[in-house]
Amino acid sequence: MTNSFRRAGLLLAAAGAALSLSLGGCSSEPNSSVERLPVLGFKSAEPTSPSDTLPDPIPAFRLTNQDRQVITNQTFAGKVYVTDFFFATCPSICPKMQSELLRVYKAFETNPDVLFLSHTIDPAHDSIPVLRDYAERLGINDASRWHFATAGRDSVFALAKAYMTGAEVDAAVPGGFAHSGTFALVDSQRRVRGVYDGMVPEQVDQLIKDIPVLLKEEAEAQPVAAK
Amino acid sequence: MRRRGHLLRLLGAGGLLLTLSFSLGSCFTERQNEGAQLYATHCSSCHGDQGQGLERLIPPVAAADYIASNRAELPCLVRKGMQGDIVVNGIHYNQIMPGHEDLTDSQITNLLNFLQTNWGNTNQPYTIRETAELLGRCNGSDGQ
Repeated sequence: MTNSFRRAGLLLAAAGAALSLSLGGCSSEPNSSVERLPVLGFKSAEPTSPSDTLPDPIPAFRLTNQDRQVITNQTFAGKVYVTDFFFATCPSICPKMQSELLRVYKAFETNPDVLFLSHTIDPAHDSIPVLRDYAERLGINDASRWHFATAGRDSVFALAKAYMTGAEVDAAVPGGFAHSGTFALVDSQRRVRGVYDGMVPEQVDQLIKDIPVLLKEEAEAQPVAAK
Repeated sequence: MRRRGHLLRLLGAGGLLLTLSFSLGSCFTERQNEGAQLYATHCSSCHGDQGQGLERLIPPVAAADYIASNRAELPCLVRKGMQGDIVVNGIHYNQIMPGHEDLTDSQITNLLNFLQTNWGNTNQPYTIRETAELLGRCNGSDGQ
């Protein structure tokens, strides 16, 4: 009798411990800070040599921002930037996503080496004045720090893929476009160095921790590049 | 001996309950009532998890004069959505808010009652019958 009681107690305790372990997976634990961020992306071109294993860089792009300025890869030369995809009338995830990106922006507001680039995936509606109004309402008055950019829909969707986020036309979802709330962190070599779910504050916290890691790497690479 | 077994069992059960409550807490957010739950599901992505809104893009619903002064219009606003310029706490906003045909009259009642009595709003709650009547203005009552 006493033994069975004790066994039951032990079993219960074990079950409790097992449960807490297994359910622990529900809360995502942010990675601790690392020395160097990985290089991410897709490789579509045939390797030119056995050592050619790096993913393709972000392709050349030509967009127009809320100030009617043409922006290209060159606009981000020597900088790191964070990018996402949104549309101004998006009723689902965009406000939450843009409020999280605003949090990142505010964390690096005084650092001109960190830029932001939001692409509209609804260029038909999001004209330059609409983008400008959106940016200003979000509190962004300096377009050279946070670009709200437009281009043809196809080139924007292709860019989304390069930045490892998803965006496509989908009449079934509210607003008419399906897209993920992914933020991509890009280095000065046009490489994706991190992707983060902009809907998950813990992942956005990780992005805020990762940017200084990348900046440190960029600063250390600078003298080498100058030679 | 028997006492020890009993103690162990109690400890075990207590531990199980404790870990359950902790571990499940990370899977499911605690919800006080349906109104808060509906807000989290249908509204918080735009209006913020504390009703704070988003800069000058999305108006707040927390401590919002609009919630008090447009009490009779709110059920239809939730049902049909809205667009165009509105002024909340003296600030102009102009965004599209989608309608919610998927909510029942009683869900809209609970949602609005949560807003009318939380986050700095201290306004009169609605009865379900009142909400249904107000929804009738825009042919928005589903009678449920």
